[in-house]
Order: sequence, then structure tokens, then C-alpha cells
Amino acid sequence: MYPQRRGRSYVVLLKTSELASVYPYSSPDLIWATEPVWTSTNKPGYRSFSANTLIRHARPKHVPVEALRYTLTFGLGGMSLVLLLLLMGTGLLMIFVYEPSPERAYASILVMQQEMLFGGLIRGVHYWSANLLIAVALLHMLRVFLTGAFHGLRRSNWLIGLGLLFLILVAAFTGYLLPWDQTSYWAITICTEMLGYVPGIGTAIQRVLLGGAEIGPATVINFYAAHTSIMPILLVVLMTYHFWRVRIAGGVVVPPGPGDHSEADAEYVPVDPHLLLREYVVMLVVIASVLVIAILFGAPLGEPANAGVSPNPAKAPWYFLGFQELLLHFHPLFAVFIVPLLIAVAVISVPFLKYDSEQSGTWFLSAAGRRIAIVAATTALLATPLWILADEFVVGPGGWLPNSSPLVSNGLLPFITLLAGIVAFYAVLRKKFAASMNEAVQALFVLFVVSFAVLTATGVWFRGSGMALVWPWQI
Amino acid sequence: MKKDRRKFLSRILQALGGLAVLEATWVAATFLGSQRGKAPSDNGARVHVAGPVERFEPGSVTAFRDGEFYLARLQDGGFLALHRKCTHLGCTVPWIADEQRFACPCHASAFDIHGDVLSSPAPRPLDLFSVQIENGIVKVDTTKSIRRGRFEPLQATRV
Repeated sequence: MYPQRRGRSYVVLLKTSELASVYPYSSPDLIWATEPVWTSTNKPGYRSFSANTLIRHARPKHVPVEALRYTLTFGLGGMSLVLLLLLMGTGLLMIFVYEPSPERAYASILVMQQEMLFGGLIRGVHYWSANLLIAVALLHMLRVFLTGAFHGLRRSNWLIGLGLLFLILVAAFTGYLLPWDQTSYWAITICTEMLGYVPGIGTAIQRVLLGGAEIGPATVINFYAAHTSIMPILLVVLMTYHFWRVRIAGGVVVPPGPGDHSEADAEYVPVDPHLLLREYVVMLVVIASVLVIAILFGAPLGEPANAGVSPNPAKAPWYFLGFQELLLHFHPLFAVFIVPLLIAVAVISVPFLKYDSEQSGTWFLSAAGRRIAIVAATTALLATPLWILADEFVVGPGGWLPNSSPLVSNGLLPFITLLAGIVAFYAVLRKKFAASMNEAVQALFVLFVVSFAVLTATGVWFRGSGMALVWPWQI
Repeated sequence: MKKDRRKFLSRILQALGGLAVLEATWVAATFLGSQRGKAPSDNGARVHVAGPVERFEPGSVTAFRDGEFYLARLQDGGFLALHRKCTHLGCTVPWIADEQRFACPCHASAFDIHGDVLSSPAPRPLDLFSVQIENGIVKVDTTKSIRRGRFEPLQATRV
């Protein structure tokens, strides 16, 4: 029996099966009762956390107690939603001030920052929400993976989530150019030039994005349109679908009960107030944090863009610095095409591999799974910096075989070595650690994530003038 | 019989729907493309008058900001117009006269006066623009940059 409040009277919707116990007569599926039915959430004096029917409509009436445990999900999906709403709110305001042309863009940002009340704050919230959103969305993906929430009904949602991640990255990237300062101009130059190395269609994609051979007025218009309308629309549509698929799959993953997996086992509590309360807390904490960060640090704005002078070092946005770091070690064909393509194929195929079990709801699967994941993380944490240092100080700029073509010396040879290393690691896991397929795939994923995190951190904190290796305080 | 007809009609409907989508895409692409295609031809052929031949010493490199190129005069008197964009990731390369090299600030690529790669990661020499010398005046056409494998003496324009 799920009571609903409508105006002053109370209405209760009953399933046919419940009717017999309540009413002595049989009747249609629904009965509109005019007398109040008291339950824990509609007692007189109880104030609902949300009278808003839309918010109530978007979720179930009851959830398993287990689903409320914070360390199961860390509320990362909800945080992403809050950050996205902050982005849309602040973005909507900035549309009225920003002028999308090379001549006017920087000046309009200056007007916003210096002359308009709260201009700096609004830009700061937008900037920090965007950066946090990328980090939180990546962590969300990691959480979903590590709790095994990609089997069965959740398969398609893994793919939708990847689509959302892609849209978020494109949205962030297109927004990066708009301030038209040196940082944004050269970051976009470097990234679009990276695209040029994709064989066949790379140059064509580059030209479509830029609206010509080089960054110019057409580029600003293109990026502005993508950033302020195309991406937000696609994000809202896909996000709604994402949430709906979570409902279809029966809410967030929960660990299997003591007896079996059946839902009857689990203890259920009303969403209002138990889940809503927690969601409001997360939302308020996120908003407060973003506000504090935005007030303390603001959004950076450097010198206006100057096509004649490249800053030194010139770096891509931080979320692409992992790829820029790859570019220093691999031939561009491998760094910006083959490796990303393989990563994409691997990540997309995650829910479609043949697993030993479809276990979900437990972090790292098991104690053994956790141990193997730690082994993988440690391996990546040691091997990636070693690779970077060896490439810098032992191998040198000529590549592995300085006399052969760079495609072999800087591309094929290190790439095959890398692949061999990964295959060997997988073999060790399966044989030595007797890892199940689930645990082995999990370990490989952890290996990849930690390696990429190390590459990104290197790009952000350890690359100085001329992209030489330096300590963070020397940049 | 009836079912087949229904199937046939719904197929036709689907095909028409697909056609409508294609048409709309084509209209959108044409709409957006027409504006883009116009932009370069507005300026026409972009020919920069660099100046009289004598102004450029052999072994010197002169920057032309408007044209986004360097005019290099080789020791033998030949002229090369080098695109200032690094062939690695598109940064602007400054000419370091003391070291006689173009040094990219982004990923430490370096090029000599011919535009040839002195140190990687740049995959190919600096792109060229075509140079004409008319009545002792050097002119550079920056409409289209020319890719090349490495420097060859024929690429230079001589008086």
C-alpha cells in the first residue's frame, strides 16, 4: 500500500491482491479511499522532504536499506547531476554577456570579470563545476566498474554512461577555447592538431571542427554553438535516459543478500525521507564546496590569445594531458589513434566479455579481487614512471632503434613491448594468482586507470619548459 | 495477402522517413558548408610582397607576422618561405638566430634554416609557401602550404 497525498485528503492506491484483506468486496484495480490512511511518512506533522511530484516521480517509493549505504556509491552520480545543473545555471547567465568572435571574446570575458556584479563568481562556479564534473564522472565510472554494476540489465547503461562521459569531455573541450586567452588558444591548437594524425579522416574532422584550416572566427562560432546548445541538449536527453535505465535495472546495485539474490530478502525503506534526505545533503555539500573553491580560486584568465607566440610549455586541458604525455613517448599515429582506439574498444566491450559470474554490489568482488587489484595498481604505479624515466634518459629522442623509421622506432616497437607486458601480466594473474575472469578483467582495468592517472599527473605537474621533466615547484 | 501489403506499406513509410532524414541532413550540411566555403575566397589569393631581393642577406631569416611565414635566404642566395607552424602539433616556432635554428617551445622540436628537422618529435620539415621573384621583388603566396619529405635544392626560388 503506497499512500499519496492529494490536497487535503489522502488517497491510497491498492493492488488487486491487497484488496481482499482491506475491503470485503471485490472491485476495480484502483480504489479511491477518502479516509486517511496513516503510515510513517504521512502522519500529521510529518513534513515531506519533497512535495514536488516531479522529484518523487523520478524515483521509486521504496529502496533497499543497503542502497543507502554511502560507501556503496559515494553519491557520485548524484554529484554529477548537481554539477551539471550548476553548469547550466551559470552558463545560461554567461550567454547574455559573452560575444563569440576572436575580436570580442576576450574583452567580453573581461567585462564579465571586472565590471559585472558577481561576474567573477559565476565564471568561477562554471569553471570549477566543469573541472569537478570531469573528475566526478570518471570516479563514478570507476565506482560502477569496481562494484560490478555493468552486468545484465545494466549493460546498456554502461554504454550510455560512456556516451555521457564523451559528451562531458567534448563540452568541456569546446568551452575551453571560448575565453580566447593564450592557454585556451594553444590548448585547442594542440588538441585539434592531434586529430590531424588520425589516418584518413583526421584532417577532414579537424577542418570541420575548426571551420577552416586554422583557428579563427569560424572556430569560435562552431565551439560556441556546440558548447551552449548541442552538448547541453544531448547531455540532458542522454542523462534522462541514463536515470531511466537505472530505474529499469532496479535502482543502484546492492550486494547479494545472505540467502539468495531475490528482492524479497532485502529490507526496504521509503525513499521519502531516507534517500531524499541523503541526496539533499550531498547536493548541499557539493554546492557549498564549489562555491568555496570558486570564491577562493576563481577562474583563470591569461593574456589574450596571440597566434604569433606559443607559450612555453603549451599544454592541452588537464583531462587530455595523458594523451599529450603519450605523444612524448609514442609516434603520433599510436599516441592519438591506435592507443585511444584500443582503449575505446576495451572500455566498450567491458559488459560484453564472458565472465565467470555476474556478481555485483560488492567492491572489488572479493578479498582476493581486492588483493589482485592492489597488485595491479602497484604495478602501474611503479611501471609507468619507470617507463617515462627510461624513455627520457635511456632511450632518448631517436627512439628505440634510432636508425629505423620513427614509425617503428617510436611506434611499433614500444607498442608491441607494451602489449606483451600487458599480456604477460594477464597470464601471471590467471596462473599465479588463480584469478577468475572477473578479477582478471578488474585488475587490467585498474592497471590501465592507474597508468593513465600517472601519465596525466606527469603531464600536469612534472612537465615544464619545452615539456622537459621537472619537479612540480620548478614549473 | 493482407499482411504482406501492410508490411510493404510500412516498409515504404520507413524508406520515406529515412529519405526525409537524409534530405534534412543534406540541407543542414549545405547550409553550414556554404558559409564556410566562402570565407577563404573572400580574401582571394593571398600574395604577400616581401620586398626587394637585396634586402635579404644570404643566411638570414626574416619573420612576416601577417603572412604567418618566415622568409629564409639560403647561403647560395635561394629563397624559402617557411610556414611558422610546427609540423608536430601546430605551435608557432620562433627563429633563434644565435643557434641558427627554429626551436618549438611546445615539444622541443627543432628545425634548421631549410626547415629540415634537427630534433624530433616533429615528423616532417616545416611546410613551404611558394615564392616568386618578379622584377627583383620577392612575393610569397600563402594561399596554400606545401608539405614535403625533406629539403631539396629545387624547393628554393632563385633570382
